[in-house]
Amino acid sequence: MKFKTFAAFVGPSVFMMLLFIAAPLISVFLQSFQITQPVMQQIEVETCTPGFLTQTCTTELKTVPIIDDVTGKTQTTTEWVGLQSYRNVLQMDKVWEAIGAGSWGDILQIDFWKALRFTLSFTLLTLPLVIGVGLMIALAVNNASKSVRGPVIFVSLLPFIITPVIGSLSIYWLFVGDGILTVMLERWTGQDIAMFAQSWTIELLMYFYRVWHVAPFAFVIFYAGLQTVNMDTLESAIIDGASRFERLRYVIVPHLMPLIIFIALIHLMDCYRVFEEIVGFRSQAHVISLQWLTYDFLVPDDAGNRAVSRASASAMLTMIGIVLLLILPLRRTWRDHKGGAH
Amino acid sequence: MYLKKLALAGAVSLMGTSAFAACSYENTVPLKSLTAGFEAWKAVTDAMAECGNFQAELDQEFRTKQPAAFEANPSLYHIGGVSNGTITPLLNAGTIRPLDDLVAKYGQNLTPNQLIKIDGKTMAIAMMVNTQHLMYREDILNDLGIEVPTTWDEVFAAAEQIQAAGVVDYAIGSTMKSGWNVAQEFVNMYPGFGGVFFNDDNTTAVNSEAGLNALAAMQRTLEYTDPEVLVSDSTYVQQQFQQGKIAMSNLWASRGGAMEDAAESSVVGKVKMAAAPRAVEGGAPATTLWWDGIVIATNITDEEADAAFRLAMEGMDEDMVTANNEAAIWLVQGYVPGPLAQGAIDTALASPTAPPYPSTTQMGLLHTALGNELPAFLTGERDAAATLEAIEESYTTSAKEAGVL
Repeated sequence: MKFKTFAAFVGPSVFMMLLFIAAPLISVFLQSFQITQPVMQQIEVETCTPGFLTQTCTTELKTVPIIDDVTGKTQTTTEWVGLQSYRNVLQMDKVWEAIGAGSWGDILQIDFWKALRFTLSFTLLTLPLVIGVGLMIALAVNNASKSVRGPVIFVSLLPFIITPVIGSLSIYWLFVGDGILTVMLERWTGQDIAMFAQSWTIELLMYFYRVWHVAPFAFVIFYAGLQTVNMDTLESAIIDGASRFERLRYVIVPHLMPLIIFIALIHLMDCYRVFEEIVGFRSQAHVISLQWLTYDFLVPDDAGNRAVSRASASAMLTMIGIVLLLILPLRRTWRDHKGGAH
Repeated sequence: MYLKKLALAGAVSLMGTSAFAACSYENTVPLKSLTAGFEAWKAVTDAMAECGNFQAELDQEFRTKQPAAFEANPSLYHIGGVSNGTITPLLNAGTIRPLDDLVAKYGQNLTPNQLIKIDGKTMAIAMMVNTQHLMYREDILNDLGIEVPTTWDEVFAAAEQIQAAGVVDYAIGSTMKSGWNVAQEFVNMYPGFGGVFFNDDNTTAVNSEAGLNALAAMQRTLEYTDPEVLVSDSTYVQQQFQQGKIAMSNLWASRGGAMEDAAESSVVGKVKMAAAPRAVEGGAPATTLWWDGIVIATNITDEEADAAFRLAMEGMDEDMVTANNEAAIWLVQGYVPGPLAQGAIDTALASPTAPPYPSTTQMGLLHTALGNELPAFLTGERDAAATLEAIEESYTTSAKEAGVL
């Protein structure tokens, strides 16, 4: 292709990526080293609030931001603070203290580390499950008779098209104290069941939900891959007396390997940003994720404060985490690509 | 059901532009409002829509939208619905205007009690009060021969008896959803034990004897609540009441009307209201007082402000209150306190009186710190002393970042 044609095709996409990905990223990167705060002053304010019949007025010293006379906006100052926001998020001093005292559990009391623990276990535990379940569905569908294949594919794809927030809310409603599934289980077992009262049951539900939701994606990819398996190799394997499992292990899986890596990459990226489950399950008391932590920093409180610097730092740390996670599978793809193994 | 009603209300108020049913004049200036979405706001905005040219947005997430929307020039909304908790960012940014001249022009029917004065200037017009107070199942308490509890110790004693009798699933319902709700429970309990939130230099004083007492009381509550209490918000507790699953709760007065809604509630006529329980004998009720009302944006023309205020007064008039008497504890003239209002009135008139929610920049930060750190204590991962320390540290970090320390 001529360079000019290539540029004309790629140009708009590159422009969009610069505008919507690169520029915000740089801005967040810079903000994570800055703190912008309003200039505060202490003034005496008399505030009158209604009781039921009469008002009560109190005079107190209040700290309020100064409003600029010219612009009518609050005056702010922006300072470069180096790694201060990262220190506030990571709280390394407390981590070292906990390690020094030998009480590892204390580390998980710090929001960031608590979130990191869950995010990592969530990502790494669901990964093999998604690939395994996806492959199993794909094999099952591939072996099903042609007449039922269509409906089976349709049904197995359904979980994937549900909006994640709605999906997690549905699970929450099914399993919360008076949800229909809980009530059914309670009747069946005769025990009082509270799935959202302790963290391990919440986490279990989250793993279950995520695998249920993402496995169809793996299934579609694997199913497409199965259509390209070399039949000659497969037949010769049968003649050589390979069992069903051996055929899977030595013919099919190696053939699907690039796809498995592809799914692993996508899944790692998606899962590390786990967020919907936390909000949908209202699990903040027990389980939080890194993405939720960033969101929590950003949500303004009733007085309008938001911790933008810490949110930026936490967002950067999340990105670094994803990059670290992706290095291994990416290196492998790179090697395969360069070596031209296939 | 409730959501459906809300959506319907929104649709109706959007359609309301051409109806001039009960309005005394015709509004010609196009106006918009952003308020919370509960029953009382629905009543007020519906009444305003009757004058025409008015669009109401009822949104429970209004508190995150309002500061930015009012800071725009021209402001995206003319009228804002606020409470004493959410007025602070608007006041701090100067995006709401003083209303004194407008009050003089259109406010003949306002009582002095409704004028929210800050430094002598009227910045908001209150229309109702709200507070968390004791709601209880009168039939259960009568059957078991329990007096209506007036202190938390009595609440726990009553809960013990109710639990033993096994008449409901859980004796107490509590709004302890992690985040804002659980923090509010602490904000109710802590002053009840005589605690103050801040020292003079803006550092927090929660790490104290009163703080330990408040935490102990909250932990005690857990013995009688649903084990999933850390996900339960006001709506959830309201539903537990409606379905007859709980017997007592320190719940928002604005939720009282729902108990009498025969379409949703199986306990119509059985839930009664009393003053919020005291934390200590002879102390103030362990709760905070709230008001809800309207503000007018700064960044609009004087003509629009004039029209907006006039419309708001029309929405908050006696006719509206007479038609929606049970929707809230109104401050507007013509309100006849019904039995549902008794608890809130008793709470407000108690002596020593419960404090109003102390809305300041620092309080916003402390509320967030409380909401994030309290759950670890309630799940038993951390003891009380360590939790108070964590709250203090978390507050200090964010206060430094926000520039108040």
